[in-house]
Amino acid sequence: MNSQKKQMGLNRRQVAWRIAQEISEGSYVNLGIGSPELVANYIPEDREIIFHSENGILGMGPAPRPGEENGNLINAGKKPVTLLEGGSYFHHTDSFAMIRGGHIDICVLGAYQVAQNGDLANWATLDTSKPPGVGGAMDLSVGAKKIFVMMDHLTKDNEPKLMKTCSYPETGFGVVKTVFTDLAVIDILDSKFIVREMVETLSFTQLQSKTGAPLTLSDNFKTLTPPNLD
Amino acid sequence: MINKVINFVEDTVSDVQDGAVILASGFGNAGATNCLLEALMETNAKYLTVVANNAGESDYGLAALIGSGKVSKVICSYPISSGSTIFQKLYNTKEIDLELVPQGTLSERLRAAGAGIGGFYTRTSVGSLLATEKEKRKFNNIEYVLEYGLKGDFALIRGKTADRWGNIIYDKSARNFGPIMAAAATTTIAQVEQIVKLGEIDPELIVTPGIYVDKVYLKK
Repeated sequence: MNSQKKQMGLNRRQVAWRIAQEISEGSYVNLGIGSPELVANYIPEDREIIFHSENGILGMGPAPRPGEENGNLINAGKKPVTLLEGGSYFHHTDSFAMIRGGHIDICVLGAYQVAQNGDLANWATLDTSKPPGVGGAMDLSVGAKKIFVMMDHLTKDNEPKLMKTCSYPETGFGVVKTVFTDLAVIDILDSKFIVREMVETLSFTQLQSKTGAPLTLSDNFKTLTPPNLD
Repeated sequence: MINKVINFVEDTVSDVQDGAVILASGFGNAGATNCLLEALMETNAKYLTVVANNAGESDYGLAALIGSGKVSKVICSYPISSGSTIFQKLYNTKEIDLELVPQGTLSERLRAAGAGIGGFYTRTSVGSLLATEKEKRKFNNIEYVLEYGLKGDFALIRGKTADRWGNIIYDKSARNFGPIMAAAATTTIAQVEQIVKLGEIDPELIVTPGIYVDKVYLKK
């Protein structure tokens, strides 16, 4: 994020904090590769959440202390993690049965684009110079009970990522429930973007100008005020 | 007396033929059988198809096998891990084919093959570019796509502990594709860290029963 955006909106840690507040006690949660992994750092201390990792872990804990990494204990992003007491290991087909079978309450994914009807594009761009990769994104998008998306409101080139329809290849259709950006919290309801929270440094008209589809202000609208997390 | 333990690594993969389908366990490096994959490089087998979650990283193990030119096709979910440069180069010069399969579909196709199931329907990939050629069917008004079982000629898996019957337990998240690939291949070769006497692995804890395993190699 450039400095201007940083000033205007939330940093990644603050977006992760905001998502963490939305996850209720006892939830089974899968965090996608990259920024969504930060969400685990901001779960309120009095809340017990069980993290699932697609490579066969329930009860995944934080990163180990330096020197205590184990190459056989990694997360979906292939980074070293730990196992909490009560955690378990299982093979890949069990792991994806949990995902596809609707046993995961919330999955937080990054995205290139989200459409107003909840379509998600996060596995391929139109760049053909590299091979495509999909990983578990399509399984997660159809399988988890709720899909949260964590992404910047605009691309690096200031193009909207919230769209009427995705221009990138879709991962799943009508699957996204809520989008958490650096500027706003937006629910998807009846194929509409409903702004539940937004930062106070922007007007609603300004937020609309950064969005590729019509926004509706929620009846329960609030200002998005995260703690300072530098 | 049944004894599936093989003493020399070159004897584990010596009967792999041209065109064989190799199921290679591992999620990144966790559970990857680098010494078996490198032994495969030393054989004369070529035109191999490799089924794995990734397409190797750096220049060892699966990446080395792919770089040796013996692999004509990779079936995987995510060939774009950081360090997966050997595959990417061959892909860009069209020297290797890729069949991209969503990760859960990949593991379920393997499970189906191992369980004698010809195919199954899943919602994963419905409507996407990965489903354009797939047969569709609605169940309870929800659309699914048909996926086929994916069988291997050889599975190369990594366990922690084995016995001479080929019973296997695993280490942490290195389990990943091991148990399902073991069942999905005609011949399964397990690389393990430890071999114990029969009865020493608690039968309640055995993850892969020896019926699925043909050869066990102790990687010291």
